[in-house]
Amino acid sequence: MSGPRYLGFDTLSLHAGQRPDPTTGSRATPIYQTTSFVFDDAARAAGLFSVGRAGYVYSRIANPTVSVLEERLAALEGGVGAVATGSGMAAIHVAISTLVGAGSHVVSSRALYGGTHNLLAYTLPRFGVETTFVDPRDPQAFARAIRPETKLVFAETVGNPRGEVLDIPAVAAIAHAAGVPLVIDATLTTPCLLKPFEHGADIVVHSLTKFIGGHGIAIGGAVVDAGRFDWEGSGRFPQLTERDMGLNELDFAEDFGPAAYIMRVRLEGLRDFGATLSPTNAFHLLQGLETLPLRMRRHVENARHIAEFLGGQPAVEQVTYAGLPNHPDYALAQRLLPQGCGAVFSFVLKGGRAAGRKFIDALQVFSHLANVGDAKSLVIHPASTTHARLSDEALAKAGIEEGLIRLSIGLEDPQDLVDDLTRALNVSQK
Amino acid sequence: MDISYQGANTYIQTAGYALDPAKPTVCFVHGAGMDHAVWTLFVRHFSRNGYNAIAPDLRGHGRSGGDALTTIEGCAGWLLGLFDALGVGPVAVAGHSMGSLVALQAAADGGERVRAVALLGFGYPMAVGAPLLDAARANDHAAVDMMTIWGHDFAAQIGGHQVPGLSITNVTKRRLDAARPGVIHADLNACHTYTGGVDAAAKIKCPVTMILGDRDRMTPVRGAREFAKQLAGCRVEVIPGCGHGMMEEKPEQTHLALVKALA
Repeated sequence: MSGPRYLGFDTLSLHAGQRPDPTTGSRATPIYQTTSFVFDDAARAAGLFSVGRAGYVYSRIANPTVSVLEERLAALEGGVGAVATGSGMAAIHVAISTLVGAGSHVVSSRALYGGTHNLLAYTLPRFGVETTFVDPRDPQAFARAIRPETKLVFAETVGNPRGEVLDIPAVAAIAHAAGVPLVIDATLTTPCLLKPFEHGADIVVHSLTKFIGGHGIAIGGAVVDAGRFDWEGSGRFPQLTERDMGLNELDFAEDFGPAAYIMRVRLEGLRDFGATLSPTNAFHLLQGLETLPLRMRRHVENARHIAEFLGGQPAVEQVTYAGLPNHPDYALAQRLLPQGCGAVFSFVLKGGRAAGRKFIDALQVFSHLANVGDAKSLVIHPASTTHARLSDEALAKAGIEEGLIRLSIGLEDPQDLVDDLTRALNVSQK
Repeated sequence: MDISYQGANTYIQTAGYALDPAKPTVCFVHGAGMDHAVWTLFVRHFSRNGYNAIAPDLRGHGRSGGDALTTIEGCAGWLLGLFDALGVGPVAVAGHSMGSLVALQAAADGGERVRAVALLGFGYPMAVGAPLLDAARANDHAAVDMMTIWGHDFAAQIGGHQVPGLSITNVTKRRLDAARPGVIHADLNACHTYTGGVDAAAKIKCPVTMILGDRDRMTPVRGAREFAKQLAGCRVEVIPGCGHGMMEEKPEQTHLALVKALA
């Protein structure tokens, strides 16, 4: 039996969260560059402060421009709500800190962005939160690591730079059996390629700085809530299931039902930690989001083309892209990522660190920098940049070959990218 | 708060406040397949402004146990009995959609126990189309989709709502997804088969306010206005640009209308 249709993804990318400005008719989202909002009268002010009325108070907690972005992301992910933050790391921090306290434990994939690994391995332990890192390719490893004090399971959809694809349905089932939510960093896939909620994830975080913005001009992040996790049934989250005298006497699960978690992220996370996204950056990110479906199709098309090209080059030892049949997660990627595995991958160049440096210096179209997900193609050589201080031995222990090159494939004419890589590969082997 | 009532656990949202017999009471009744949480902002407002504010989960809904009741008259009797069980005095009752029929019938049957009524997203008769009833009977997710889409103005899918960052479409879907099997059908069928509206209207003595959305696709304004003529002194408030789900679509306008209707 078929019901009426919801709006499609491409339409939501353009419209969700925003109607023409009721005062001016502005079609574009206005930038509400204001710290605070005037109360109509004392009664409305009291209602807003006591969470008895809807509206805006102060831009650290909510702002109309930022809300458009939040609502759009919630619509695209299929979540009940979203909170935007000042960066992707801020999103990860607030997503986790809403769930944990001193004595809590996290189980995380070990295939993580370096900043996330640092937060979990070094920073959160100072606050009494421990993390056990496990192999993302072994779902049972997550199960074995869960303890009574575990509050969440964390992983990325696709690892960087190795392209490990997470079996989200399997790991979600393991997390739920233990009464903990699965938090997924979906930055590299975006909701265009993979919607983690459709596979059982409970919370999604994004660095909006990457593909969602796409232009490389604004830093931002977001937390999105599926609204499905049973906080009451879990019994591990009194901050969501008991009345909190420090937060307007709210019992989030009782008062907000499926929006319990995301409301606490906003009312505690933004209020107390203050990692707010600015209205201007929200505006910039919205401009990118409008064309996300178009861009991701081209990113994936170009990435597949470049990966296949590199696979045939004598100067290349190995290409690690889950969209290629020789990748260990190819079959899983075909199931979870049928539209493509993203546009960030790595390859190993023959000739070690020296060849890597020569290769980077010879590139003219690719930009050498520490970012991914830009409309322009990007490259980095970890052994001479992010991991330059590691000895060859330490580098090997970290699983990073001396000749490892990470690419983020952009939207250029693919032949220009091939020509640029061909030139640099030749130089690297001289 | 939870109480044992009519052989089942019954949950009543009070926003954490204990009930005080000295205070006037307002009660909010949710619609088909829903629960108390659709009223949170309003319960919090009234409870902090001198009222006992209660929003029960109807039997078989949300956190309340037991089987869902299958008639509007049954729900109204259950509600009046709940007021007695809670020891609250004359109550101002607001009901949304199916809850508005329950409020109407409770006002007719409750006499002086009901001091005012607000009917939100109201229509009578509240006929439910066969495709929706059939889907609900089959526990087919299409019922959730129809209620989510038709239960709001088209613009609700676009968004731009007054509660920052929430997707009303997806919140509604999750709420309906959480309804136990058979509950949505029991509710919709109770609305569809309810025939007591005219008799109830004739018996009501307390002030009645209708709060309607001008873009309501489930209970259009025209039908509600026509029925309002049968309710002596009924005041009709129409919220512009609003569909059936006014508590989520236009919470501020709904708040202002409820304050006038229930104070």
